[in-house]
Amino acid sequence: MKASSFGYARPESLAEALELLARHGERAKLLAGGQSLIPSLNLRLSSPALLIDLGNLSELEGIALQGKDLRIGALTRHRAIERSPVVAAHAPLLAQAAPHIAHVAIRNRGTFGGSLAMSDPAAEWPACCLALGASIVVASARGERRVQAERFFKALYATDLAPDEILVAAEIPAAAADSRSVFLELARRRGDYAIVGVAAQARRSKGRLQDVRLAFLGVAAVPLLARRAMAALEGGPCDAAAIAAAERALGDELEPMADLYHSAATKLHLARVLAGRALAALAA
Amino acid sequence: MEEFFETTITVNGTPVTRRVAARTHLVDFLREELGLTGSHTACEHGVCGACTLRVDGQILRGCLMLAVQANGRKVDTIEGLSDAGEIRDLQAAFHERNALQCGFCTPGVLMTAQELLRDRPEATRDEIREFMSGNLCRCTGYQAIIDSIEAVLIARRRTGRL
Repeated sequence: MKASSFGYARPESLAEALELLARHGERAKLLAGGQSLIPSLNLRLSSPALLIDLGNLSELEGIALQGKDLRIGALTRHRAIERSPVVAAHAPLLAQAAPHIAHVAIRNRGTFGGSLAMSDPAAEWPACCLALGASIVVASARGERRVQAERFFKALYATDLAPDEILVAAEIPAAAADSRSVFLELARRRGDYAIVGVAAQARRSKGRLQDVRLAFLGVAAVPLLARRAMAALEGGPCDAAAIAAAERALGDELEPMADLYHSAATKLHLARVLAGRALAALAA
Repeated sequence: MEEFFETTITVNGTPVTRRVAARTHLVDFLREELGLTGSHTACEHGVCGACTLRVDGQILRGCLMLAVQANGRKVDTIEGLSDAGEIRDLQAAFHERNALQCGFCTPGVLMTAQELLRDRPEATRDEIREFMSGNLCRCTGYQAIIDSIEAVLIARRRTGRL
């Protein structure tokens, strides 16, 4: 199908983009990499009056270590994150997750910030940001503010972004020297949307896990932190008994939604399987 | 009312300027405005890979980029790669091994394969499969496609083209 017609603006600065957004409000849509927005336009699931193309805002692109945080600009492409030695060193979870996002031709184009702002329940970056305790940087004419990932993803395709705000970056605490991470997901075919996935990170010293973070994607309308499973593991050894306790705890806190192909019970089972594999990898 | 935007794109080395509607995606622009029909339109929502193009040296889905977004950029199509001789060995390998049947997916497959050959010269057969996973062949001729790419990868390594 072909998109219906829309207006188009290509601002040259963030200030200009914010001004356009404030003027047009919810009749406008922001175009970043377009890998979710353009399909929805082509399928006429979305018909904005105006597209504001952020493509020329190079100020929003890039990966940099700033003090103890890794800052990733909103317009940084998935492929750039996948290939970045800085990401591999300071946020290895992101490097592990990147190859699961669609296919190379889409990763060359899709953006980190676009994925966070879109907040697809099966997307990789929102779950990674939750697991890593990222803070999301958003800008508007009123200034800049930071939102913890735990408070940013609100509901299905809904975030804490106000209609006049633009997501400009995420700041991710750099991994500690004793930190380990694992990203796993199940999909029917390579590059398909995840049925369920898990982003896991913990510090491991003297055989014990600390600061355990387990975030799931594909199990609810938003990515979820599995707090009970995390508590079952915190401070203890990551042995078979602890992993079994964490898998049991998931039954008390995950209430997966069935999709076209998988029942809720299947999804819970798969979440437990992935958790078991992820924890075994953290312990190895 | 439809709005048109003056857009200049360097297509296969030649700059072209046209007024295009914002909603026209890049493949429709190339096919309908410039007559470059080598890139195919099929699913038009980024799933099949038949419209794969190279923009500023990287492959992308031509149906998931608007022509206006390509303003000021370099776009290479299968016609450009073919005429420049850049993929002559790949085309020969596809021919030799019957790696195309109906041929509909082939331009996109070749575009993706060339990026693999350029960026991942050390790729294993499994990695070739993974890299090519975004290009669907409804004739399901995948084995011959992977065989051909693997043969060219090995040949280019041997002749130092990689």
